[in-house]
Amino acid sequence: MDYFLELFLGGLTRGSIYALIALGYTMVYGIIGLINFAHGEIYMIGAFTALIVISVLTLMGMNTLAILVIAGVIAVIYSSAYGYTVEKIAYKPLRNAPRLSALISAIGMSLFLQNYVLLAQTSDFLPFPCLIPDFEFMEPYAHIIGSTEIVILITTAVVMVLLTIMIKFTKIGKAMRATSQDKTMAMLVGINVNRVISVTFIVGSATAAIGGVLIASHVGMINFYVGFIAGIKAFVAAVLGGIGSIPGAVLGSFILGWTESFATGYVSSDYEDVFAFLFLVLILIFRPAGILGRSEKYKI
Amino acid sequence: MLKLKNVQTFYGNIQALKDVTIEISEGEIITLIGANGAGKTTTLMAVCGIVPPRSGEISFMGEPITGMEPDKIVSLGICQVPEGRRIFPYLSVAENLDMGAFLRNDRAEIKKDMEYVFDLFPILAERRHQAGGTLSGGEQQMLAISRALMARPRLLLLDEPSLGLAPLIVKQIFEILIKINAENNTTIFLVEQNANLALKVAARGYVMENGRITLTDLSENLLANEEVKKAYLGF
Ligand SMILES: Nc1ncnc2c1ncn2[C@@H]1O[C@H](COP(=O)(O)OP(=O)(O)OP(=O)(O)O)[C@@H](O)[C@H]1O
Ligand SMILES: [Mg+2]
Repeated sequence: MDYFLELFLGGLTRGSIYALIALGYTMVYGIIGLINFAHGEIYMIGAFTALIVISVLTLMGMNTLAILVIAGVIAVIYSSAYGYTVEKIAYKPLRNAPRLSALISAIGMSLFLQNYVLLAQTSDFLPFPCLIPDFEFMEPYAHIIGSTEIVILITTAVVMVLLTIMIKFTKIGKAMRATSQDKTMAMLVGINVNRVISVTFIVGSATAAIGGVLIASHVGMINFYVGFIAGIKAFVAAVLGGIGSIPGAVLGSFILGWTESFATGYVSSDYEDVFAFLFLVLILIFRPAGILGRSEKYKI
Repeated sequence: MLKLKNVQTFYGNIQALKDVTIEISEGEIITLIGANGAGKTTTLMAVCGIVPPRSGEISFMGEPITGMEPDKIVSLGICQVPEGRRIFPYLSVAENLDMGAFLRNDRAEIKKDMEYVFDLFPILAERRHQAGGTLSGGEQQMLAISRALMARPRLLLLDEPSLGLAPLIVKQIFEILIKINAENNTTIFLVEQNANLALKVAARGYVMENGRITLTDLSENLLANEEVKKAYLGF
């Protein structure tokens, strides 16, 4: 039973990270109908930014938890700036071009950012210090779930709640939903659609950066390529749940996390990715729009 | 109040509006009639900045608005009830109305206006928590008009509001348009294919053919005009 619980919570943790990244894919797709291939790189840049900040602050001899928070905040700001800029440079000029053009531009952006970090840093894996201490109150449960996982789960939950409140109740959140449903009509009621798109990129990049910092302290190392792998997984999760749907992205992420966790735990770690993709194929055969996806009719 | 002067609009290489000149004074109801594909929708979209003119001038209250961003144009008090209603399908009725008031920040007044449109169309109050996409055609048209009213427009543009609706509903909607015009002095620019109806409500009318204004006159004269009768009134 403990083993099952361990796998369950492990899958939940993985799922949380996927969800933090998948949100960006699904929100951007919902608003401009683009698969933002550079999104994984934004997450990777978040992790690198945090690593640099952590190195500097550690040299200055700061308290570890304070370092983690400061590094997280700076990573969020930095990644958001990247997300915002990528949209302005690579996607906005192609807003009225055929969809394929923007998609190619996105792939180009992804490669560019990978190689930019490769040149600026190194191709080697760099150690990422784990700054989350082992909490004392977690000791009795340590065989099921670690302190880092708990921090990941709580942070993700907080981010989800804040995001839900924003999308459901705030003015900008409603404007985001309106824009995703009918861009021209959104303009006709006075919504500045360019601003809504920018905000979407900023929010998506911020959550991805949080995911990047959390997973890096969990895994303990990063290189320029981590964004690609995690990005693909999160993308699968978003498609699984129904791309364009926010609850769908979260649900798809948890399903993917659990599938990987249980497959690894009960079958073999070699088949982790196979199971994930098998699941994707099966779901898309029976529900082409994803689990919570809407039919194409209103996706604009 | 609104002036279009020699407006030319293109979709790619296809010219949709040719030398369109239209003028509306404050407080007026005017109509633009024409067959399918004449360019009526394009005219409204040009005014709202969605399809900016390639040449020509559009001005509102004496200020040029040609090439202005759509949200700036809305902020001047120009609101459109577009063809096909374009209700946000997954937003609730109340949220659709909120979106109409997007550029306003006076919460108390917004609330009052919401009560005002619920008064005009009580069915919307009943459906306020329902998703916009689940409303019937007539209810959606009422919601589309209400959404535009939430911005407190000075100029209301309506694109074929009678399309596909039962005569009784059409009558109700037109009565309310007349009421809005009389009570709030809202200027109304009505695009219709139902020329008979439109010319009875509007004081003046423009006739559009293939992107060109071919005729303009007082409604009573257009109603009596042989050509208009033959082409648009069905007798
Ligand atoms: N997005 C577009 N791209 C290309 N051509 C367009 C577009 N929208 C309209 N047109 C063309 O412009 C012309 C005018 O169309 P418009 O929609 O303004 O006509 P309309 O008078 O509103 O017609 P209807 O009564 O059918 O609504 C038509 O020939 C139409 O085919
Ligand atoms: Mg039309």
